[in-house]
Amino acid sequence: MNRKGLFKAYQVQAARQENARTRTLILDAPLPSEPGQFVMAWLPDVGEKPFSISGNDPLTLTVCDVGPVSRALCALQPGERVWARGPLGKGFVLTGTSHILVGGGYGAAPLSFLARQARALGHKVVVCLGAKTHTELILSEQFKDMGCEVLAATEDGSAGLQGLVSLPLLHALEQNPTAGVYTCGPTGMLLAVRQLCRPFQVPTQLSFEALMRCGVGLCGSCELSEEICHLLGIPTGFLVCHDGPVVMAGS
Amino acid sequence: MSQPDLSCNFLGMTLRNPLVLASGILGTSPSLLERLAREGAGAVTTKSCGPEPRAGHENPVALAWEGGVINAIGLTNPGARDEVPLLREAKKRLSAWGVPVFASIFAGTTEQFGEVARVVAEAEPDLIEVNISCPNVASEFGTPFSASAESAAAVTRAVRTAVSLPISVKLAPNVPDIGRIARAVADEGADAITAINTMPAMLIDARAERAVLKNRSGGLSGPALKPIALRCVYEIARSVSIPIIGTGGVSTGLDAAEMLMAGASLVGVGSAVWKDGPAAFARISSELLDFMMESGFRSIETMRGRAAR
Repeated sequence: MNRKGLFKAYQVQAARQENARTRTLILDAPLPSEPGQFVMAWLPDVGEKPFSISGNDPLTLTVCDVGPVSRALCALQPGERVWARGPLGKGFVLTGTSHILVGGGYGAAPLSFLARQARALGHKVVVCLGAKTHTELILSEQFKDMGCEVLAATEDGSAGLQGLVSLPLLHALEQNPTAGVYTCGPTGMLLAVRQLCRPFQVPTQLSFEALMRCGVGLCGSCELSEEICHLLGIPTGFLVCHDGPVVMAGS
Repeated sequence: MSQPDLSCNFLGMTLRNPLVLASGILGTSPSLLERLAREGAGAVTTKSCGPEPRAGHENPVALAWEGGVINAIGLTNPGARDEVPLLREAKKRLSAWGVPVFASIFAGTTEQFGEVARVVAEAEPDLIEVNISCPNVASEFGTPFSASAESAAAVTRAVRTAVSLPISVKLAPNVPDIGRIARAVADEGADAITAINTMPAMLIDARAERAVLKNRSGGLSGPALKPIALRCVYEIARSVSIPIIGTGGVSTGLDAAEMLMAGASLVGVGSAVWKDGPAAFARISSELLDFMMESGFRSIETMRGRAAR
């Protein structure tokens, strides 16, 4: 019988502070899953929220402190427990052997899992990271250690190019015109990436964030707006938890 | 030999197949309802709306387990007033597919049921489903009206007086004599009965030493509910002559055939969406068609009540 719907208890094996607000929790057991998929993480008496998977063996979650659940997760110490159900949703699919990964803020988390998968296959990976300021750029060193080329941009110019992540992305596209593009971050950024990639006619996969309640395609909370569906050239009524979170943008 | 006919007549409507999207599953927006029509539902039921907007319960609100799904979403809805334009839009879009729209309503008092029905009727849904049996809001609304024949009848009377549209009253499984409640509802002028709502239930995580749902208890649905639903539909079919929307645990074409044979005229599908998404509708209707071909049933009507004789 299917157990994936139920919560499984994990123990925090190690934790790594990525920046002032972001922490990576390395748990004590693997979870067979694909980059871009997510889990619903539950802390009894606190609550439950969706988190993308940043590593599957062992299960690793990169959490940014933005609310009560993520704050409590960030406060977990090695030995403490967290519950998760999943993997849920549909993840990224690597196409070709050259890839451009575009991460906004902690959108870099699922991309680090994807980068590791692509590098293990010997593929070329360019990572474009964008953030407001240098302290919000995360996982840059991890990407470099995997052998990815990292191009950063910050809005205040404190690291990498000054401006939005579209600057390094444009550069990467010009250098790698046949690469597939994979992106995760705030909706505005995803739509901008999509617009930028369009003239290059490269396969573009966007991972959306959404308010999720059931996580299994029953409640309708995470429906993508019709406006966004039209922009992406996909049928309306798209459920981020079930059909996504990764959207293959149409042409 | 020509193919068997999946279409069916229900209260003067013609449905292309007997599968109805059950209330509470995905019926939250015109675009989602349209998707369900696109993916093969014969009719759709909206998520229940009440007198006021509600955020619903906090997470965890739903999860799948070995026997199906358990949920306590908590009647999240925009309130009847704001539901009207959504219903109008849904009606407009789904008429292109020939798919009727059933509007589900709930309320905290008998009088409010009448008021909500009157508001929702402005959008002219094809049917109003009167949800007197949500198991997840007892702390706010008290014992569901479905618990006794008297309270079920009182709500039916209030809604019947308020609107002339067809109404179907949705009953709960956890009562000693569902046939008696069905008779009371039919006597007050209900046009149909939807049976059943989810079954009150609880999951506990032993390692967490906690109930899993934030609301602690929730409504059980999916395969574990099917035998309970079949028995309820059978009892209701023996007690009343109005049609039944048989709902509970249907996830295959054979399940749908069983529900029809218990006495249902239409078959609700809800939690089955958990496994293959809205595509469940096309799968279940094609499985139902296969079953009809192999068993020699020419129409939905010829299957109805076969196991209840």
